[in-house]
Amino acid sequence: MAKINMVQAINLALSQEMEKDDRVILLGEDIGVDGGVFRVTDGLYAKFGPERVLDTPLSESAIAGMSIGMAIYGLRPVCEMQFSGFSYFAFHQMEAHAARMRGRSQGRFSVPMVLRAPYGGGVRALEHHSESREIYWAHTPGLKMVIPSGPRNARALLVSAIRDPDPVIFYEPKAVYRAFREEVPDEEETLPIGKSRIARPGDDVTLISYGASLRPAMEAAEGLKEKDGIECEVIDLLSISPLDDTLLTESVRKTGRAVVVHEAHRSFGAGAEVAARIASKAFLYLEAPIRRVTGFDVVIPNYQREQAYLPDAFRVEQAVRETLEF
Amino acid sequence: MPKREIDLPYRIEYLSILDENGQVDIDLDPNLPEDLLLKLYRAMVLARRFDERMLILQRQGKIGTFAPIKGQEAQIGAVATLTPEDWIVPSFREAPAELWRGKTMEDILLLYGGYNEGGKTPEGVNNLPVSIPVGSQMLHAVGMAYGMKYRGRNTVAMTFFGDGATSQGDFHEAMNYASVYQVPVIFVCQNNHWAISLPRAKQTHSKTIAQKVLAYDMPGIQVDGNDVLAIYRAALEAVDRARKGGGPTFIEMVTYRLSLHTTADDPKKYRSENEVREWEKRDPITRFETYMKGKDILDDGKIGSVAEEVQASIKVAEQRAAEFSARGADPLDMFAYAYAEPTPDLVEQREELRRELEARQGTRKREPEARN
Repeated sequence: MAKINMVQAINLALSQEMEKDDRVILLGEDIGVDGGVFRVTDGLYAKFGPERVLDTPLSESAIAGMSIGMAIYGLRPVCEMQFSGFSYFAFHQMEAHAARMRGRSQGRFSVPMVLRAPYGGGVRALEHHSESREIYWAHTPGLKMVIPSGPRNARALLVSAIRDPDPVIFYEPKAVYRAFREEVPDEEETLPIGKSRIARPGDDVTLISYGASLRPAMEAAEGLKEKDGIECEVIDLLSISPLDDTLLTESVRKTGRAVVVHEAHRSFGAGAEVAARIASKAFLYLEAPIRRVTGFDVVIPNYQREQAYLPDAFRVEQAVRETLEF
Repeated sequence: MPKREIDLPYRIEYLSILDENGQVDIDLDPNLPEDLLLKLYRAMVLARRFDERMLILQRQGKIGTFAPIKGQEAQIGAVATLTPEDWIVPSFREAPAELWRGKTMEDILLLYGGYNEGGKTPEGVNNLPVSIPVGSQMLHAVGMAYGMKYRGRNTVAMTFFGDGATSQGDFHEAMNYASVYQVPVIFVCQNNHWAISLPRAKQTHSKTIAQKVLAYDMPGIQVDGNDVLAIYRAALEAVDRARKGGGPTFIEMVTYRLSLHTTADDPKKYRSENEVREWEKRDPITRFETYMKGKDILDDGKIGSVAEEVQASIKVAEQRAAEFSARGADPLDMFAYAYAEPTPDLVEQREELRRELEARQGTRKREPEARN
């Protein structure tokens, strides 16, 4: 057991799956010799060679389309979009084909592939490098949409995604990539896709979050306890689709109060879906309106204003207090 | 430094073996065995008759929208060079090629009759399903071919698309990737001159579509797309090259869409009847018949018996499709192939629909006379 960051944890998952299964092939821009712009695939080209770690020409649509063909043929491609902001070139391939092939062929063909992409703000990047548009994928039937929040669950979820019989979109919170380390066992570990977890138990209010936003949610929970003795229960969704609403519903039945936290835009975001689930499954338990602490409905600003856009602990704490005072 | 020229190959061959009068170029005739010639002839006739029948069924409201293939039957020459272990990645105007490879007419009728079940390919038949977003499927052939190369298989992937598709980015990306990775893909462009209402000349400014291979350093050829022998010969060369590790090839079949884009289209609005008449003279089946008669493989008696046999097999397919239709489409089956395992939400939604269907049936049972 070693303490590693998320970049190393994802690398570990890729490396171990590639060792175990020669169907696993990586493809993407600058992922080979260069090890990826975030160094997630560092060392894998040297270890597995150019046939299994493909430095592709610059074309997101082709990376996805080629992966689809590989997956239909029986390989297990894991492709990388350099930034999720460029993955929309690949959206058509994923929506029109990856997501539909099983249904179109009535089960004859399937597309067991993973599309990895770093997402989210907080790294002082250029335009198109900081967004959080997971909901595009989550709204597409036939795809699965997974977002880990820390090194250990990132490793375990990626292994599950690679072994999943259906296409999985795997968003990596780049603000978390090197933010902290966790003990990650060397031995194989998986997490089921479509299951949320309780990141912190509590009785007063339920915070629901995922990915990079889990950190401000947890920070707020600690702050509220220290300052006011308020106990937040924090649910980490891990999968946006399929969405597991069991833990969060149970939690809201206990606390009567819910605050959803994500950096994606508010309107039609994952928070809206979570709120609808709570409203339909825990309506009579609610003591206050469901709050959403999210990115605003504007393009995420360049980094001089980025911090004002991104939900932080202050904003979450404020929402929790207002929810409790309602 | 003075300007200097970079020497690049810029020559595109055009291959035609059987002219529109059925006259064969003896030097180029691939001299296919008699049974293969007969099989090709039958398949082309079947494709034509089936297409005509589908149009009637569509006009009668028995099936929905589909894309007729009339005039493009010689495409079978390309797939005739493949083995069952090879793969095809079609667009939506390749019913003749799909049928040759083992797709059933019954399934085609079901697909265009609105049944998802028609989208399946029989086990062991290496055809991907039709791909409707124009120009997006060629990348899949490249990925599959990469798999073949990776696994050291001696197989190829052949992908089909139209002239319109060559304006899509994914087409160029597929050509580029195939060339970079030198994978065994055969790109077959059915240039039928019309992408719905846009003529070939307005689709691309280049003189030929085949010349686009220059950008990818890929072998390419233009062939008479109504000449099944030329297509066979060009495809065979491409397939042989791919099997030997020679990488991808591009084939432009110059053909013509004699019928509609789809059954929702009226070509009179954008093209002249004279143009259609001119192309009818170059019919791929008529000239092949003349060639086969000249070789004493075909006579009027044989033509008649093929016609009868083909009509009978279409009738059988129609009967099977009708029997399937009679059983109805269970709405609950829409959930069947969303994922390998249904998600909890889908289990719930399926149950929701099941209950609703039951309730609707109850309503119908209660008030049958109310509507009359």
